[in-house]
Amino acid sequence: MTSLLEASDLRAFYGSAEVLHQLAFSVGEGTITALLGANGAGKTTTLRAICGLVRSSGEVRFAGTPIGGRATEDIVRLGIAHVPEGRGTFLSFTVEENLQLGAHVRRDKSQRRSDVDRLYGYFPILAERRRQQAGTLSGGEQQMLALSRALMSRPRLLLLDEPSLGLAPIVVQEIFRIMRRINAEEGMSILLVEQNVNLALGLSDHAYLLETGRLALSGPSKELRKHEAVRRSYLGY
Amino acid sequence: MAFGNAMRHIPATRPVVFHARLIIGVLLLLVVAIALPFVASGYLVFQLTLTLVYAIAILGLNMLTGYSGQISLGHGAFYAIGAYTTAILMTRFGVDYWWTIPISGLTCLIVGFLFGLPALRLEGLYLALATFALAAATPQILKHNGISAWTGGVQGIVIIKPDPPHGLPVNADQWLYLFTLAITIVMFVLAWNLLRGRIGRAMIAIRDHPIAAAAMGVNISLFKSLMFGVSALYTGIAGSLGAIAVQFVSPDAFNILLSISLLLGVVVGGLGSIPGVIFGALFIEFVPDFAGQVSKAAPWAVYGLLLIACMYVAPSGMAGLARQTLASIRKAGRAWPLA
Amino acid sequence: MNGLLHQVFSGLATGGIYASLALALVMIYRATELVNFAQGEMAMFSTYLAWSMINAGLPYWPAFLLTIGVSFLAAAVIQLAIIRPLANAPILASVIVFIGLLLVFNSIAGWIFSYTIKTFPSPFPSEPLWANSYISTHEVGAIGVTLALLAILFAFFRWTELGLTMRAAAENPVSSRLVGIRVARMVALGWGLAAALGAVAGMMVAPIIFLDPNMMSGVLLYAFAAALLGGIDNPWGAVLGGFSLGIVENLLGAYLIGTELKMTVALAIIILVLVVKPSGVFGRTVLTRV
Repeated sequence: MTSLLEASDLRAFYGSAEVLHQLAFSVGEGTITALLGANGAGKTTTLRAICGLVRSSGEVRFAGTPIGGRATEDIVRLGIAHVPEGRGTFLSFTVEENLQLGAHVRRDKSQRRSDVDRLYGYFPILAERRRQQAGTLSGGEQQMLALSRALMSRPRLLLLDEPSLGLAPIVVQEIFRIMRRINAEEGMSILLVEQNVNLALGLSDHAYLLETGRLALSGPSKELRKHEAVRRSYLGY
Repeated sequence: MAFGNAMRHIPATRPVVFHARLIIGVLLLLVVAIALPFVASGYLVFQLTLTLVYAIAILGLNMLTGYSGQISLGHGAFYAIGAYTTAILMTRFGVDYWWTIPISGLTCLIVGFLFGLPALRLEGLYLALATFALAAATPQILKHNGISAWTGGVQGIVIIKPDPPHGLPVNADQWLYLFTLAITIVMFVLAWNLLRGRIGRAMIAIRDHPIAAAAMGVNISLFKSLMFGVSALYTGIAGSLGAIAVQFVSPDAFNILLSISLLLGVVVGGLGSIPGVIFGALFIEFVPDFAGQVSKAAPWAVYGLLLIACMYVAPSGMAGLARQTLASIRKAGRAWPLA
Repeated sequence: MNGLLHQVFSGLATGGIYASLALALVMIYRATELVNFAQGEMAMFSTYLAWSMINAGLPYWPAFLLTIGVSFLAAAVIQLAIIRPLANAPILASVIVFIGLLLVFNSIAGWIFSYTIKTFPSPFPSEPLWANSYISTHEVGAIGVTLALLAILFAFFRWTELGLTMRAAAENPVSSRLVGIRVARMVALGWGLAAALGAVAGMMVAPIIFLDPNMMSGVLLYAFAAALLGGIDNPWGAVLGGFSLGIVENLLGAYLIGTELKMTVALAIIILVLVVKPSGVFGRTVLTRV
């Protein structure tokens, strides 16, 4: 299986402070990969480094093309979509407008309508609220909107930052179910950052564990589930 | 970004080691300064007096914008208040010229403080807007008929040059220069003390980490307004001295270009640099003469280009460039292998 | 009553010009959180360009359109080349550059075109419509042009893809990047539109106050006041503020305080707004996040 995304010797900096140290990881094509770790371990920073939102050094390759040092808008155009922490919705725009903006990089505008309908199929609640201002949506609805917006660009790789944060369990289940479905039906690769280790290991094929900016563990999710250290620290038994 | 680093370059407490070299340098400078009026022509003495005046004004603005990070585009207004206070006191009330200096200083301190109170609650851009408006409206306010009995309206006020004190072997111009020099030295020493001490550190704290400063008990609004007042006081005193030197005040002399010139002096000399102020003052006094020979518009075009260029090439002005040059000279010196 | 109506109508005309310039200021503020202090001088320079073209024999409307085009392009270039690199520097750096631009435009206009006052033609006939005594045809035309421009801009931002993209870039640059929007280009476009607005404002006001390098300083001050009054991030507020201030200025000048304190009135309004409600009548509250 080929790697869609490959990072080696990745370092990231906030100002002059180095916060990620020599990370090496990869996301296989068509897989769901999880990035785990406690608060402050550097998971969000890793996603931001991939997208060029934070100063970084080292090598990152997407489908073989090096993307380090490029502008965010250029990286995104290569086929990566990022749902950031806090969702990043355009709050004063409507649901429809948010989705429209999500399709910004698409050449084939005609497909857009059918894509919007497909997403409304996954998340009917968004269809109901299509003309509402995004800022008036609930947390769960905004997360669905953020995810939908990212999917509008038909990315090859989806970066998801803490999708379960602040959401009711039932909503989280729904979102994870859709992600599994999209991965299965469309072969979209997903790099998932999650604090909820149980959920993440349940959904993903492969996982990496970060601790204070360094890679501590990696392996197939099924195995990590049984790993002593993971069980003790993160799964609580 | 070069600019960001330049702003951070201003050290919290610059450890001034009292090198023999430093003391000798300053003394030499003083000797030269005192000797100048006796070797220079009358007009040059006048220009040098104005240079000192601008130095005080620029120092005032620098304390606010360079140290405190508050953007004022309207300090010309305080210069005008100082100038008119002196003119009115001298001509309408017969007050002696040296008394008018502290009075106009006090007036500007109060006006500055009051103007600062509301304006400084807000972020930098709003202050810049408000002071810009102040500078633009100043000539109009000064021309207003309602107060023209005091201000002389459009025609302004003529001031008679003060005589030197009896017995001193100096003419009026030289005396004025020395008088101004004395006040300049006093103002500089006061500023230097202020900025090196607790107040200077508080200003830098407020500029760089306002939330932390507030958490540590610094009353930010009051402090900022006070700084604005002090800065206005300096510029007001400069205005007074300037009025006496020029012997004339009129509304159109205090338009927005004056405020912009003062800002230019700060930028060219170096934000937050006290020695840079002297360079800035020399610059805005002498450059218009040269550039003005090309065309009336030329000095301002040069100023404009320079303002833009400074932000890119020399964000800490001449002072920064000088520091960098000295540093590279020292580094080069150290590179020589020990014998 | 005659006089009052006249003051109100001509106030609407100058108000439209304030509204255009205020809108330009608000557009740039929304995109960059900066106020372009040089907006007035840029508009003045555009007007001189139009004047040169007309003087060289070009008919009015082609010169009008060409001026708008040139102003648009020049502003976009200035933004990309001079303003954008300082985006991460302290605000002071950008403000100083704006002042620098102000000086450059003002002095170069004076240098090339001299400081003697010139007349600028109006494309509208000089006879008053229906022989009325309240408002000149040019003033009607100016209001019309302003409203047409505002309508075009509204339609552009509301109903076109590019307009949506520009609005998004202004509201949330990071999220915009994440959907692939080239934010830098959008900001440059915004500057171009703002300059175009300024150029129209200049060309509409020049026949009234005559063309000279310092003609826009009063207008700019009123535009600042209008933008602040309406809320510095609210385009509707800017437009409403502009029209209102035009009327207020005329009424105050005619009935209360005479015509010599116009700048002072603008200053007073600015200070009043900043003291009472800095976010303006319609703006979002200015909260600094701790």
